[in-house]
Amino acid sequence: MPANKFNGYTDYGVGIGLRIPHYDHILSQKPTVDWFEIISENFLVDGGRPLDVLDQILAQYRVVQHGVALYFGSAEAPNRDHLRRVKKLIARTKTPWLSDHLCWGSVDGTYSHDLLPMPYTHAAARRTAEKIRQIRDFLEVPIAVENVSSYTEFHVSEMTEWEFLSAVVELADCGILLDVNNIYVSSKNQTFNPYDYLDQIPHHRVAQMHIAGHTKFEKYLLDTHDHAPPDPVWKLYAHAIRQCGVTATLLEWDDKIPTFDEVHNEALKAHEFIDQAREAKIPAPRETVRARAR
Amino acid sequence: MWRVVSRPLTGTHRMQRTWSDGRPTSAITAQIAKANDRLTSFERLEIYNRMYWFRVLDSLYDDCPGLRGVLGDRKFMRLAEAYLVKYPSRSFTLRNLPSRLAKFIREEPQFTHPHTALCLDLAHFEWARVEVFDTAARPLFTVDDLLDADPAKLRLNLQPYLQLLQLDYPVDDYVLEVKKREAELLRGDASNAPSELRSSVTVRLARPRPARTFVAVHRMAGTIYFKRLDPAAYKILTAIRAGKTLEQALSVGVPRAKQPRADWAAKIQGWFANWMELGWFCRAE
Repeated sequence: MPANKFNGYTDYGVGIGLRIPHYDHILSQKPTVDWFEIISENFLVDGGRPLDVLDQILAQYRVVQHGVALYFGSAEAPNRDHLRRVKKLIARTKTPWLSDHLCWGSVDGTYSHDLLPMPYTHAAARRTAEKIRQIRDFLEVPIAVENVSSYTEFHVSEMTEWEFLSAVVELADCGILLDVNNIYVSSKNQTFNPYDYLDQIPHHRVAQMHIAGHTKFEKYLLDTHDHAPPDPVWKLYAHAIRQCGVTATLLEWDDKIPTFDEVHNEALKAHEFIDQAREAKIPAPRETVRARAR
Repeated sequence: MWRVVSRPLTGTHRMQRTWSDGRPTSAITAQIAKANDRLTSFERLEIYNRMYWFRVLDSLYDDCPGLRGVLGDRKFMRLAEAYLVKYPSRSFTLRNLPSRLAKFIREEPQFTHPHTALCLDLAHFEWARVEVFDTAARPLFTVDDLLDADPAKLRLNLQPYLQLLQLDYPVDDYVLEVKKREAELLRGDASNAPSELRSSVTVRLARPRPARTFVAVHRMAGTIYFKRLDPAAYKILTAIRAGKTLEQALSVGVPRAKQPRADWAAKIQGWFANWMELGWFCRAE
């Protein structure tokens, strides 16, 4: 489903993350790029080079905001100053949708700056969905929540990760930013079948997809975004777009960042799978309800 | 879980094996997380413990090249860890992480002894660099804005991003020298996971000797600059920032000396012309 209410009825194509080492190349060469994703928190400032660069980018390109600190899963109320700044940035970027992670990361106003995994409980799903609704009402923009890579499982969890994701997005009536690499990383760390995950989420809610690379350690995978996506991630991506429809896709590359062309060419490999999916003429996903409200 | 994640690491960057009450940490982690066929609950939560510390320490490392230069990497990391234990991040952005570092150094001088005064100057100076980088700029003040102004009541406004510092050490030159020796490290918050602490780049230079120094930290076209100020110029600018009229600011800055006033007039005219060129004056809000 390329355009739906969760991505502002847009069809954005294949984009890459806007990263500092590429600023000069982008501003001087003006390469053709479908869209850029920015990390919202890097631009929640009052002036200076970050906003100067952003304004130049906005004059030429479509930009979508991706956050790392709204912490939908933290128990505390949203930070009003943070939200006010995000809303001001939305007015600047005109982002058709906004994404952040299905995780927690702050406790009583202290921030971890990390994407910490949630216990998959019904109570947590309800509380998280309520917070997403509050934030969406304030920001007045569609929200898509991203599944995170996880390295642990909690005793208190009552369901699988995909059941939890489904419950949250259905209770909040919001979109999903489906991070295919994160599903792969978690499937190896938690020992589940990543295709089960992809098959059992509400496909019509997928507003965007992420692809990325990771690092393989002896006993686990770490979501480092410092490589090109490996083959298993591309295969999962191919399956995901057959299930969910072709949607806005973004390659994340955040560390050991190579040249702009290398990152962009890697992202454009998505077209191979997008073309295959389009040729297959798979019907758009039907609206489904995956989770049972409790 | 937050207490597990935020607990300081050991000297070898591992999770501490003993909890604060003497129990094995593994007993705490076993209550929270499941083990799997490859990792114990301790090892699984240790991944988060390490990522938290790697991320926040890396961020401070980037922001404080001067402090690192004076203290050396090992002592700087001890300072950074103690600082983050006492003052963990209270902001949604890592940009604000060093905001209370000067306060901490004043409160806990044992981490910077015997260079506490120098380190305090560096903490103020390096935080000023962060502030100057992305604080708002207001529309420039122009000569037209002087039309119809009453010279006796004229108040000027300084750009919000402009930082005026009175220092006991010439840390501006020192930081420039340190940065010249290091590859410029660029800030970037992203959603990936740090897998290790950045390998350190140790730059050791002769520590600066005490010398009262007045510096403006400012920016032009997105780049940060440091500009030495004459003590009188510093006084004039700080008086302007405090909301004094131009007449009052000048009377604060110009010493009551027997020196011919013509010298001062030329000097002050030169300062103001320069500050206008640098865009330091802005319109009132």
